[in-house]
Amino acid sequence: MALLKMKFSQQRRVRLAQGLWLLSWLAVMCGAFIFSLGVYLKIELLRRDEVMDNTEIHVVPNLLMMVGLASIGANWVASRVCQDSLDASRFPRWNVLLLAWYAVAALLCCLLLAVVVLSYALQGRLEESLKVGLRNGIRFYKDTDIPGRCFQKETIDHLQMEFRCCGNNNFKDWFEIQWVSNRYLDFTSQEVKDRIRSNVDGRYLLDGVPFSCCNPASPRPCLQNHLTDSRAHYNYEYQSEELNLYSRGCRQALTDYYMGLMNSTGPGVLSVILIQLSVLLSMRYLQTAVEGAMALEAPEGESEGYILEKGVKETYADIKAKVLDLLKFAQVDPASEATGAGEGEKAAEASEKAATPPPAS
Amino acid sequence: MALMVVKFDLKKRVKLAQTVWFMYWFAVLAGILVLSLGLFFKIELRKRSELMDNNESHFLPNLLIAMGLIACATNAFGGKVCYDSLDPTKFAKWKPMLKTFLVLCVGFNALLVITALLCFVMRIPLQFTLAEGLKNGMKYYKDTDTPGRCYMKRTLDLMQIEFRCCGNDNYRDWFEIQWVSNRYLDFSAKEVKDRIGSNVDGQYLMDGVPFSCCNPSSPRPCIQYQMTNNSAHYSYDHYTEELNVWRRGCRDALLSYYGGIMNTIGALVLLVTMLEVSVTVGLQYVDTSLSTLANPEDMESESEGFLLEKTVKETYTDIMAKMKAMGKGAKVEEGGEGGVATVS
Repeated sequence: MALLKMKFSQQRRVRLAQGLWLLSWLAVMCGAFIFSLGVYLKIELLRRDEVMDNTEIHVVPNLLMMVGLASIGANWVASRVCQDSLDASRFPRWNVLLLAWYAVAALLCCLLLAVVVLSYALQGRLEESLKVGLRNGIRFYKDTDIPGRCFQKETIDHLQMEFRCCGNNNFKDWFEIQWVSNRYLDFTSQEVKDRIRSNVDGRYLLDGVPFSCCNPASPRPCLQNHLTDSRAHYNYEYQSEELNLYSRGCRQALTDYYMGLMNSTGPGVLSVILIQLSVLLSMRYLQTAVEGAMALEAPEGESEGYILEKGVKETYADIKAKVLDLLKFAQVDPASEATGAGEGEKAAEASEKAATPPPAS
Repeated sequence: MALMVVKFDLKKRVKLAQTVWFMYWFAVLAGILVLSLGLFFKIELRKRSELMDNNESHFLPNLLIAMGLIACATNAFGGKVCYDSLDPTKFAKWKPMLKTFLVLCVGFNALLVITALLCFVMRIPLQFTLAEGLKNGMKYYKDTDTPGRCYMKRTLDLMQIEFRCCGNDNYRDWFEIQWVSNRYLDFSAKEVKDRIGSNVDGQYLMDGVPFSCCNPSSPRPCIQYQMTNNSAHYSYDHYTEELNVWRRGCRDALLSYYGGIMNTIGALVLLVTMLEVSVTVGLQYVDTSLSTLANPEDMESESEGFLLEKTVKETYTDIMAKMKAMGKGAKVEEGGEGGVATVS
């Protein structure tokens, strides 16, 4: 009993071929869309490469780009098959290819699903990577004279201004590292000497932040230094001041940004999966209907289209049998050699036995 | 002697009509482009209208929007006429209005040229508006508690960060106004009293700039306060220090930004004008080739298409004569009435 049988007259076959041709071109557009989505995501990730420690999250855009290209190719092949499907002389050469095509299309759908799952699953790894990358960025903020790190200051400043964030978790991260280069510190002054002596590593630590942490929405001009000292500024209360600096940490800001990007692509990817599945099913119907029509004496007559020739269970049993056959075929040769060797051994034993008794007797 | 005569047989006429129809569809798209350019420019002006004292002139973007709409309408109509030109019955109903339509198209093209020129010229009034607006904007920087001006600080800060500029002409503009609100000044401190006493208006002036003037590319943390005092900072010389704050003034930055937009729009409008002129010429040829059929009953006969029926000089004298005749006609009627009045 075939699965999901449908009758196709000549006109319906023609309609199916035309509709599938249009659908496969739509799927080509969707493949291009997926590819450009992957490119866009990759560019966004590469732009902030300097504050990321590892590139594990890049698997999402890489997969999207690969699947996009493969989908363009596969659906273009589908449109060629549609064009040839109504011509009985040109269709049979596609027959062999179609089985492989179904496998490729199913694989593409699975990969797209994997992308959606991965984009949620890798959030933790992204946060870890950002934590380490930002910590290094903040540590090397002052090293504007060391080659390889001289742009860290500019990068971190632009990042904090663009994403409206300060520090790794919050602005207090800046209190724990020296972000003023030694080149601009007057080591003869008492204040500098005090601060350097106040900690084990001899670093110039202060309760101040760079200008890029300043929030333009604050009603008062930005307070950057002596942040913990409420008496250092007029009408300033350290515990209750909220608008002076950005309160969000950059790790949170960047994670939210990238998660937002990947979530917003979720519906698009899901609809592309649906379109690809419908192309796959329609192609199967077209193949079986056209083959059925070619087998008839009157090619213009009705034929049947189905998804599977027998039921699901029977098809599965068929496939299992075929696979076992292939395996058995591989095993039969060694088995015949073994039996041949066994017979040879038995003959040798028999001859030995024949040889040994005479000395006894 | 007609101007630029071209002979047409049926095949050539059909090809001409199809080409001009195709070009009309491009011209409709060009009209939509002009419309969207006008909208874009209008939105950009609105975004920063606070910095221009809400005084900026929206004449140019409104004109662009109007021209875009008219272009869409006339080109759609022209395309329809071209489409119908291959069918004599359909074309007959359009025939009477074609001459006026072509004259209107010529007028519209002239307007388009004027619009393009305006795009290049309107830079100058914009410059004055920007200068005024920015000066006032800086004055209201500290008024974050005054309703109607409380967002000026944020707007200015974001603008200086985005356009990488400081002050009106340069960063010293901030030295001449009080940009710290009195709410945050301790009037019992000696330093504050000194500064307020040092000038006629009793303003708290300082040689410092807001944080949004800071340049992130500077190798050292930003120096915002006591900028003219070399001894206040280690290893600092304010004459040679270049990277600390943005050196460009915001008036220059905004003007070059808007100037760039207007130049681009002007260039695109010129291209659209060329397209419009070519479709008008095409429609003139379609019209004349269909009116000068050698044998009016036979659609396959040859015909001639031309640009002007007579030469440029003769057409000009014709138009002058017509206008004089119209003027005289008005006078004759007046004279006739006067004569009747005197008789009776």
